[in-house]
Amino acid sequence: MAFVTANWNPLGEAFYRKTELYEMGWNLKDGLRDCLFAAAPYGGPIALLKEPLRRSPSARPLMEIYSSSGVSMASFLWKSGVVKQLGWTVSDDLLCIQEDGTVLVYDMFGNFKKHFSMGSEVVQNQVLEAKVFHSPYGTGIAIVTGTFRFTLATNIDDLKLRRLPEVPGLQGLPSCWAVLTQDRQSKVLLASGADLFILDNTVCTAVAPPGLSPQATSIVHMAVSFSYKYLALFTDSGHVWMGTSNLRDKLSEVETKIRAPPKQMAWCRRPKSQQPSVVIMWDQQLLVAGQCKESIQFKQMTVQVLIDRLVYRKLYPLAIEICRYLKTPEYQGVSRVLKHWACCKVQQKEEADDVIARAICVKLGETAGISYSEIATKAYECGRTELAIKLLEFEPRSGEQVPLLLKMKRSQLALSKAIESGDTDLVYTVVSYLKNEMNRGDFFMTLRNQPVALSLYRQFCKHQEQDTLKDLFNQDDDHQELGNFYVRASYKERRLEARIGLLQSAVDEYYKAKNEFSAKVTEEEMRLLRVQRKLEEEKGEHLVGFSLHDTLSSLLAVGLHKQAEQLYKDFRVPDKRYWWLKLTALAEKEDWEELEKFGKSKKSPIGYLPFVEVCVKHHNKYEARKYVSKVTPEQKVKAHLAVGDLEGAADAAIERRSEAEISTVLSRCSPTTDRALVERLNRARATAAKK
Amino acid sequence: MAAHLSYGRVNLNILREAARKELREFLDKCAGTKAIVWDEYLTGPFGLIAQYSLLKEHEVDKMFTLKAGRVPPADVKNIIFFVRPRLELMDIIAENVLSEDKQQLREFHILFVPRRSLLCEQRLKEQGVLGCFTNIDEYILDLIPYDGDLLSMESETAFRECYLENDQTSLFHTAKGLMTLQALYGTIPQIFGKGECARHVANMMLRMKREFGGSQSQILPVFDTLLLLDRNVDLLTPLATQLTYEGLIDEIYGITNASDVFFDNLTVEQEFMTGVDTDKVNTYIEDCIAQKDPLIKILRLVCMQSVCNNGLKQKVLDHYKREILQTYGYEHILTLTNLEKAGLLKPQTTTRNNYPTIRKTLKLWMEDANEQNPNDISYVYSGYAPLSVRLAQVLARPGWRSIEEVLKMLPGPHFEERQQLPTGLHKKRQQGENRTTLVFFLGGVTYAEIAALRFLSQMEDSGTEYIIATTKLLNGTSWIRSLMDRPDNQS
Repeated sequence: MAFVTANWNPLGEAFYRKTELYEMGWNLKDGLRDCLFAAAPYGGPIALLKEPLRRSPSARPLMEIYSSSGVSMASFLWKSGVVKQLGWTVSDDLLCIQEDGTVLVYDMFGNFKKHFSMGSEVVQNQVLEAKVFHSPYGTGIAIVTGTFRFTLATNIDDLKLRRLPEVPGLQGLPSCWAVLTQDRQSKVLLASGADLFILDNTVCTAVAPPGLSPQATSIVHMAVSFSYKYLALFTDSGHVWMGTSNLRDKLSEVETKIRAPPKQMAWCRRPKSQQPSVVIMWDQQLLVAGQCKESIQFKQMTVQVLIDRLVYRKLYPLAIEICRYLKTPEYQGVSRVLKHWACCKVQQKEEADDVIARAICVKLGETAGISYSEIATKAYECGRTELAIKLLEFEPRSGEQVPLLLKMKRSQLALSKAIESGDTDLVYTVVSYLKNEMNRGDFFMTLRNQPVALSLYRQFCKHQEQDTLKDLFNQDDDHQELGNFYVRASYKERRLEARIGLLQSAVDEYYKAKNEFSAKVTEEEMRLLRVQRKLEEEKGEHLVGFSLHDTLSSLLAVGLHKQAEQLYKDFRVPDKRYWWLKLTALAEKEDWEELEKFGKSKKSPIGYLPFVEVCVKHHNKYEARKYVSKVTPEQKVKAHLAVGDLEGAADAAIERRSEAEISTVLSRCSPTTDRALVERLNRARATAAKK
Repeated sequence: MAAHLSYGRVNLNILREAARKELREFLDKCAGTKAIVWDEYLTGPFGLIAQYSLLKEHEVDKMFTLKAGRVPPADVKNIIFFVRPRLELMDIIAENVLSEDKQQLREFHILFVPRRSLLCEQRLKEQGVLGCFTNIDEYILDLIPYDGDLLSMESETAFRECYLENDQTSLFHTAKGLMTLQALYGTIPQIFGKGECARHVANMMLRMKREFGGSQSQILPVFDTLLLLDRNVDLLTPLATQLTYEGLIDEIYGITNASDVFFDNLTVEQEFMTGVDTDKVNTYIEDCIAQKDPLIKILRLVCMQSVCNNGLKQKVLDHYKREILQTYGYEHILTLTNLEKAGLLKPQTTTRNNYPTIRKTLKLWMEDANEQNPNDISYVYSGYAPLSVRLAQVLARPGWRSIEEVLKMLPGPHFEERQQLPTGLHKKRQQGENRTTLVFFLGGVTYAEIAALRFLSQMEDSGTEYIIATTKLLNGTSWIRSLMDRPDNQS
């Protein structure tokens, strides 16, 4: 029984033991000395770069990638620049951050994927230190440059570089630093001596951990918990301060009595207690500091992540088995695995296009949520255009096919697919692409065969390129639209001659379009413009641009009756309309004498009720009464009422024996002042009703 | 909260909440204080989704209107442009960004409503500012809850774009909006439609459903039927003066017409709707032109006469047109052309006038409309029953097969589509339980039509409750105005 406790060692009040889970398969002669290394989270792969500073061409450093159990997965000579830091992304890609700010990305099998830069400023000033971090937004990178400025990218898959503000008074590298994710933002926490700063996108804020031991003069190491919730600081006085990462609460402080800076410090969870604790490691010593009172669950490793892991390792059948067992919805599970498989398949250079396309189609079939366009894109990226086109034919979402078809210069096909999708923005995009790619004739011809695209392009031209619009109509011999085009253009033209010129072009087009009406009225418009100009010159009245109606009103308003008369005849204005117009204009002017003359000039084609009403409208009942007698019997009641003559209205209504009219008059009578009249009307109504 | 949205047959608040959630998520993406620069057109629709308080909670300190020049000074970390995907707006944004004081360090973002546009991003790239934006995102706001039974896309130009310009962008957004609706309220098993646009929307919906593949909605369907109606199937209804309370407010607001004039106008409308003298020049219209009454009023009446007569005799049409051009100005020739293109104004062709047949078969005119105690939808126009609503009513009972002949006379195809539901989602209807139909008016709907559908929902024996969706709420005036072409911006 004594053996059971034999391998347990005391650590304060607790005990610990070391258990070897499995033996590493690798054979590292020199251990990890002189190595840059990085292990992916959740037991992912491990990367090692031996002697990174050895740069002579004859002796390049060796990059090695191992599985978490030490099985070699890849190794190659490093031929690029000096690597400052290695790291892994959440999707198991290896990041190699170079001194010049270039970041090279490899997959776990050592295949180069892409590279990007951490900014032009870095090339000069160089990267001094770098860190790779993970947040809900993906994998990020933070660097410090030779000018001691920080640059940060929160998500390398959607690269947006942020140069963080300067830290006041920082003359050298910070003594230690870490990246935090707080309030949906990535920030840098850094220590310079005893000072602690938080850098966010716009400001640098000095902060102080509450209750930090006064003996500390410098913070030499820091560790942030995996969830970014907790922070541990190690000071030169040998104290470990533990608290929340927002620096609001202190959880505990431990005096380690060791002043040497630790090699590593990390947050962990102690078995049973479920409390997060900090593990600190020096060369020969290990210390666990606890006391955190909160308990949290880590469930970062979801099924999704697990399936991704298997897929990245090309263990497709196993991944599918697991998806089926866990009943993962198809589009999150099996479909995704199959897509990865297909993307891998298209890279098999030894197989023919046909064979691969068929194999993919057979395996994927109608599986829901498969993006054939993604697979085709992969094929195209590997230089297999024909295969890509074959694969695209399986893509049910026409919209998804468009960008790749354009990239592959299959623009005509892209246009039909865009139209098929109904997404007009996509159609516009292809059209503008075609416009740049083709000569004008071919471009117009293509549009001609695609009416949907043509109308959209016309709309575009209407707002953006008027001249092209004209060319389009010309090409189609669309004379009606050309006529409209010139008319529209004429209203933007300020100079009269040019305006008339444009209208003449419109007339020509309207005739060609056999639209006689439009041609005739446009000619009439030109005629009016000329008359207006002439009258302007002769009489000094502003008239150009007025409608015929307003021109006539203006002439009458200033007493140019002869000229108005002439226009009325020349433009064949219907009598009724002219009478209304003149009546209104004269009343407006309160030229009652002229109005009376006009009323007597001949029999009014609009009758005389309008005369009564227009005079009343201008508060002249005296003039209005002059016309009441001339009103037709049907309108008599209305006319009398308009001038306020109740008696007259009553007489007219009774004479006409109209029940409705009698009622109308009655409704205007006051029961007190018009008693006699009311009685008379009531009697007449009774008689009328009897009929 | 928007309690009024939750009490109807369908809880439209779910849709509003989904929209609010998305807005909050976007705002949070731009960490820190922010100013929103608005495309003015969007403030109305957004007002239905979120008040200023929501924006303020997410650190929106300032709001500006999108204008040329530079964005006014504001001590904020982020400037967010809320815009429709329009090229002319991209040029303004580019100008804003380029004239920004480099010392300011404000971050720029764009939120496209309702959808991102490659074309616009291309324009920003050409202007050299695409790289200046930290976030370029889209806010999918297609159908906005307007009332407990009413959704609107608030797209003023939809009718003009569809029928004049042959631009079906709004129909694409309609189809997308209906897909979102189905994601929240379940697949709609039956789709009926009438008109070219309706057919196009239905086709896109079916295609999108295929494209989504396996992600079948697992929600028990709330709607039994979707009815898609083109506005041009019923051009008459919006031209008529609405006589319900809300309709009247909508029509008369801001107009101080004497009541005499109002009734004269109604009399003429009713004459047209009942087919009296629709083939002759109308004296009332002539007098109105002679007195230079508002042009839109004239256009409304002339269009109405044309629709009720299935086109006007060439001589009559030319007379009206000439009268209008001489009185209001020759530039309106372009507006008249537009009205002809949209089918609102047309010369009579040799085919006979179908309108009387349609009127009789669908009982569009009810002599004995009872406005105090209505027993028929015709009360909303004092005797005239809106054709569009009659189509919905007949569809519910006895079915469109009974009016096959009339449907053929109206423009565009009519059709029926079924969408398969996963087993287990088939509704088991209780005895006496009403069906729910979503009626989508492509190109706009009037308050009176809404009132008529609400009336049908409330009728005890109707058996159907209606939810209404549209591209835009309109009346005759706003509708005609949207079709006008005003080269000098004069009305």
